[in-house]
Amino acid sequence: MTVGRAETRPKAPIRLRVNDEEQRVSFDSYKTLLEVLREDLGLMGTKHGCELGECGACAVLLDGEPVLSCLILGVECDGRDVKTVEGLAKDGRLHPLQEAFADLGAAQCGYCTPGILVTALALLDRVSHPSREQVKEALSGNICRCTGYLQIFEAVEEAMVASATRRSETETAP
Amino acid sequence: MTARKLSIIGVPRRRVDGRAKVLGETRFADDIVLPRMLHCKLLRSPLPHARIVRIDASRARARPGVHLVLTGRDLPLEYGILPVSQDEQALCLDKVRFVGDPVAAVVARDELTAFEALDDIEVEYEELLTLATPEESLETAEPRIHDYGEEGNIHKRVALAFGDVEEGFAGADRVFEDVFFYEGNTHLALEQHASVAAVDPDGKITLWSATQTPHYVHRALAKVLEIPAAHIRVIATPNGGGFGGKSDPFNHEIVVAKAALELGRPVKICLTREEVFYCHRGRHPVLMRFKTGVKSDGTITAMHLQTLIDGGAYGSYGVASTFYTGALQTVTYHVPRYRFEGCRVFTNKPPCGPKRGHGTPQPRFGQEIQLDKIAEALSLDPAEMRLRIAERPDTLTANYLRVATIGLSECIRRVVERSGWKDRFRKLPEGRGVGIACSAYLSGAGLPIYWNQMPHTGVQLKLDRSGGVTAFCGATEIGQGSDDVLVACIAEVLGIRPFDIRAVTGDTDLTPVDLGSYSSRVTLMMGNAAIQAAERAKELLASAVARKLEIPSQRLAFADGRVFDVENPERGVSFQEAVCIAEAMHGTIGTVGSYSPPPSAARFKGGGVGPSPTYSYTAAVVEVEVDTVTGWISVPHVWIAHDIGRSINPTLARGQVEGSVYMALGEALMEEQTFRRLPARLSNALVHKFPSMLEYKSPTTLDMPLVTTDFVENPDPMGPFGAKEVGQGPLLPVMPAVANAVYDAVGVRIDEVPITPEKILKALEARASGKPARYGPAAFPRVEWPELLEVPPPWAGGDGRALNRPERKSAAKLETAPRP
Repeated sequence: MTVGRAETRPKAPIRLRVNDEEQRVSFDSYKTLLEVLREDLGLMGTKHGCELGECGACAVLLDGEPVLSCLILGVECDGRDVKTVEGLAKDGRLHPLQEAFADLGAAQCGYCTPGILVTALALLDRVSHPSREQVKEALSGNICRCTGYLQIFEAVEEAMVASATRRSETETAP
Repeated sequence: MTARKLSIIGVPRRRVDGRAKVLGETRFADDIVLPRMLHCKLLRSPLPHARIVRIDASRARARPGVHLVLTGRDLPLEYGILPVSQDEQALCLDKVRFVGDPVAAVVARDELTAFEALDDIEVEYEELLTLATPEESLETAEPRIHDYGEEGNIHKRVALAFGDVEEGFAGADRVFEDVFFYEGNTHLALEQHASVAAVDPDGKITLWSATQTPHYVHRALAKVLEIPAAHIRVIATPNGGGFGGKSDPFNHEIVVAKAALELGRPVKICLTREEVFYCHRGRHPVLMRFKTGVKSDGTITAMHLQTLIDGGAYGSYGVASTFYTGALQTVTYHVPRYRFEGCRVFTNKPPCGPKRGHGTPQPRFGQEIQLDKIAEALSLDPAEMRLRIAERPDTLTANYLRVATIGLSECIRRVVERSGWKDRFRKLPEGRGVGIACSAYLSGAGLPIYWNQMPHTGVQLKLDRSGGVTAFCGATEIGQGSDDVLVACIAEVLGIRPFDIRAVTGDTDLTPVDLGSYSSRVTLMMGNAAIQAAERAKELLASAVARKLEIPSQRLAFADGRVFDVENPERGVSFQEAVCIAEAMHGTIGTVGSYSPPPSAARFKGGGVGPSPTYSYTAAVVEVEVDTVTGWISVPHVWIAHDIGRSINPTLARGQVEGSVYMALGEALMEEQTFRRLPARLSNALVHKFPSMLEYKSPTTLDMPLVTTDFVENPDPMGPFGAKEVGQGPLLPVMPAVANAVYDAVGVRIDEVPITPEKILKALEARASGKPARYGPAAFPRVEWPELLEVPPPWAGGDGRALNRPERKSAAKLETAPRP
């Protein structure tokens, strides 16, 4: 079967910073940030559960704030800073949130995990010692169908302690 | 070799795949991208019931970027999960049976092109009468949704009697009759179904798919594609949640495989969330009638259960689901005489199937609320009454289910103590209440989906001079931690670390068959097979090390990555060295293990559903707060105790319990898969009320209560290291415990789920106006039940066989009847 020549859609070129690296990327201008990350930048860690802003699986940090990448167009992200789950570990070392999530059963199927991790990261960046209520509130837009959330709350709290320890170590380092 | 303390089993531990998950590196089906990959979308029926008169796809085929359009003619062979319900076609050929049934597939260079091309396909339908409810299906013989089944639109009817219930009712002090309704709901796994198919360079085909049952998908593909199964490879990618929703072979899986074969290029499909609601296979809506006779101390003398099951448009697991609605009542409490009648009908809605608890949460809901009513009527404490009537260990139940260990009484005692039950029940202020309920669940279905005498699971081990161990098993990781269980069992036996073992799972080319992640079977079955394979490897290593150390192999211990003399622990070799000398002595080291459940004691028709190697038990106390002005219900605390036998990895076991409580609260309070008619000016079609995650409510972090989880650990001789299931059982008692707590709080009975504020307000209004303080179904409709299959219980001299062979009503009679 001969396949007719597909019409070319206009490509949108943007520059953005993703996980602390400068990126230039061109994509079909209708694409969401989620699609640009997954399809054009090869960052498959960010997931989709509804593509309608209902589940939180696709959460990423845009200029440090959690956003649903399925509701943001790629073209809106020109010149901005994006952090995805791939940006948490540094030099092969897991982030304290990742350590705690892995150790404490906070990831079962792992599908909601990337979105929850970055959302929790934004919380800990904003509030160094959040209460359980603040953790719940911050993660209330992230649906997890496996865990019942409790091990997730505990992991965030564990990471909060670990992060504080790590921070004080850095501060006291010569 | 001597017995020693367990060092891995029972110790909370990071799961073996935990790192990948937190890095976002777990590769789900939609994360697979292959060179030259094309994308597929399905055209779905906008009508609930119609004949397909004509499909014209010529415009779609001509659209630039479109590579292929498939219709029902390309894939006419029928398939289905059960051999008795081969009633699905990958693309509907003659008829559509619900809104969302696929009629055509477009494969194009990208998803958007495929999506746009769907509009180019013209389908002419001839509408048929829609059957929206079980009652309509019972009353309407024509048109038939399927031309098989019992008769008319009745898919399956069963009638079983274990002893004479009438005699039991006559001997009872009180007889209670109640009708309950359990609304359908769906799995809502966060990952949308996705599949990728590709033709291998050698011409064979590989399908990567988000499936819980790669083996059954394998069989369906071989059948529909008419290719030898040996030339098809199905790889189950880690599922982003399953809960039973990825247990059927699905049309989209078959379509992409066919398209890849036609085009010689990889083809991917990823369903939208709306389409996932159409795949469904979720909880069957069930109307039930319980008649139970009791002595004044609560002892049950007889129980008669009837269930009317809304199956939706296809068979799916429905025949098994039908039996499951009646299977486990006797496993929890002692029921000396038991009668069960079940009827599943077809309706023009997405097919129902197995969701966590498969067919058993609905009757569990009814039974546990009725027990609460009974306890109140008899002025008994419902917890104490349950302790009195709990089934006893090492029992053959009235319906021939062999129960081994039972931790139910201990579970009840723990939740009673932890929750402060005695100080709270009927003692909390108006608006606050506690309720209790119990349950039992299978640790794996005793029979496979299709009849065969082969093992239900197999594990292969490869050990080589690197010291590395690779474990191959067909089991499917759906998030529950099956890879972790596999590795933990092997590591424990061989005395090495879980991290030293690589798990290769869910791949029909590479791994021995495992039937799939359903019926809570994997830990018990795969675990036993893994232990067998590991013990065999251990023997090979031990014989070689024993010869080298010149000691009897019985003196060797395997621990901490070493193989050593227990009498002189300094003398030994590293595990790697042990493998090397074993390889030198025996040649290449490989072992296998397999598992088949013990034969069932039931020898009557239908006795294949319900048997399990062992059963788990759970008890739960739920506390609720009910606002009598708004009807709003909140759940501050759940206490749950689960008889797990032994937990392999307590971190994961706790997660299964808390996840079950979560899912159960969703079902109890908000989740419902319901339907509505579109306005007449549109099509009047019966459509899903809200196929979106925004409107299909599920609990968020803000809705999750405190959960106090307790494990009763009494190792079961059937389980690996004594383990029973934990993935499904803990869901079961929560819904009825919520209902019972609502009654304790505000004195009204809500005899159906979800228990919503509106229903509470209606029940409060009913009470205020002098009517029964209840919201729920009024009656059970008349169903023409078949002749009872009479099976005397063990204590009445039965041997598991039926006394009679009821005549099967022929559907042919109905087909020849004149059409209205």
